[in-house]
Amino acid sequence: MRFGVFATSFELTARCVVVDSTLPRTRTADVRSSTLVGVLIGIAIMAAVDEIVFHQLLAWHHFYDRSTPSVALLSDGLLHAAEVITLVGGFFWFADLRRRRALSSRPAWGGFLLGAGGFQLFDGLVDHKVLRLHQIRYGVHLVPYDVVWNVAGAVLLLAGAAVLWRARSRRPGAGPR
Amino acid sequence: MTAAGPLAHAGHGAAGPTWLPLFPVALLAAGYVLAAVRNSRGWDHRRTASWLVGCALLAVAVGPLAQLPDNPRGHMAQHLLLGMLAPLGLVLAAPVTLLLRVAPPPVRRAVGRLLRSRPLHLLAHPFTAALLTTGGLAFVLLTPLYAAAERQPVLHHAVHLHYLAAGYLFAWSLAGPDPAPRRPGLAVRVGALLAASAGHAVLAKYLYAQADSLPPGLTDRDPEAFRSAAQLMYYGGDLAELLLAAALFAAWYHSRRPRPSPSPSPSPSPSPSPLIKRFASPEGGSLTQSS
Repeated sequence: MRFGVFATSFELTARCVVVDSTLPRTRTADVRSSTLVGVLIGIAIMAAVDEIVFHQLLAWHHFYDRSTPSVALLSDGLLHAAEVITLVGGFFWFADLRRRRALSSRPAWGGFLLGAGGFQLFDGLVDHKVLRLHQIRYGVHLVPYDVVWNVAGAVLLLAGAAVLWRARSRRPGAGPR
Repeated sequence: MTAAGPLAHAGHGAAGPTWLPLFPVALLAAGYVLAAVRNSRGWDHRRTASWLVGCALLAVAVGPLAQLPDNPRGHMAQHLLLGMLAPLGLVLAAPVTLLLRVAPPPVRRAVGRLLRSRPLHLLAHPFTAALLTTGGLAFVLLTPLYAAAERQPVLHHAVHLHYLAAGYLFAWSLAGPDPAPRRPGLAVRVGALLAASAGHAVLAKYLYAQADSLPPGLTDRDPEAFRSAAQLMYYGGDLAELLLAAALFAAWYHSRRPRPSPSPSPSPSPSPSPLIKRFASPEGGSLTQSS
């Protein structure tokens, strides 16, 4: 019951991820929650890096790009607000899993890489190209930047998937579950 | 200290002296400290500190910031302090719990009745409160109300009072340790925070994009200053969202702390008085109702 309540509460920040609300155990390592909390923190950390490094330190990204359509403003606002909530909620969830000794580190790391790469790729393809919120850098030839940005995201994403795959495949043996 | 009031912008120096808005703030601070000292059961000093921080932020907003010459950035900083940062400090200080401890029985009964009343539950629903804060702000900034409030001190005070009241209501509905009957579950509250913050961010970027024409009705405008104010609004809103989310999830984290039943390891942080904590924070109850 407690877990079910908790699971529904996070569906907002973890859209697209279905949380099994009927998991019976609470004491053993919780692989599903560990993965999910890794994904959330990965997304939030990558979003924070984007904001701090590219917007603030390098000032490559623009706060607002004149070609931004207003629908993109709405999506940007929602995403931006969700990132902050995800960061805070993810860390408190992480702390709660650790406190209950339910955290499983491999799935958490896999989820982290998956979330970080997924966000990078999403930002590079949807925010920069589809919604045209802003570009990576201005006054330069964009293609190399776009390629590096999206390939880096894809590499992170695949690395995360690989770590998760390995964690899953070793589970039936002696892995904690 | 004798210059024009907070609302006296360039040439409207007829408002009262600047210390006038500081008076109610000082009254709030002194009243709380007095009540905390009088409370025989002891009062958590962190709550008192939180209240005093909230009052200090209020004082900055209505004192020094109001002295600045007419300037959109100053107004935006006032809005951020009055409507977002100060209310969180005040809410986390649990003033209603303190009042229920020290007030005579008739007052307590009246407060209890008020807390159980249907209209309050509607008003203090996280989504209503979100609409009042972010929607109220949008209403001020997107209509000629902003320009009117620049001319009329009374209106300006009223707008500030609305910022404070709506911000307090929102922070209380999300994360207030004070008793809040029928408070919705965590998912609804996180959703309201998301909606309010997204609305705030969109409004900030929209104002940035339209700084040439918004807020409407101003005679002499400096678009660059409004763009700068819009950026302050965007990042200030982030800070407020971060703090609100931290308060919200910290309350959740606290409510989920393991009970000492089956665990062999001792509880890491023994609560000083579980009974009072339970009363002060209805988290546990509201969470179990939520789904």
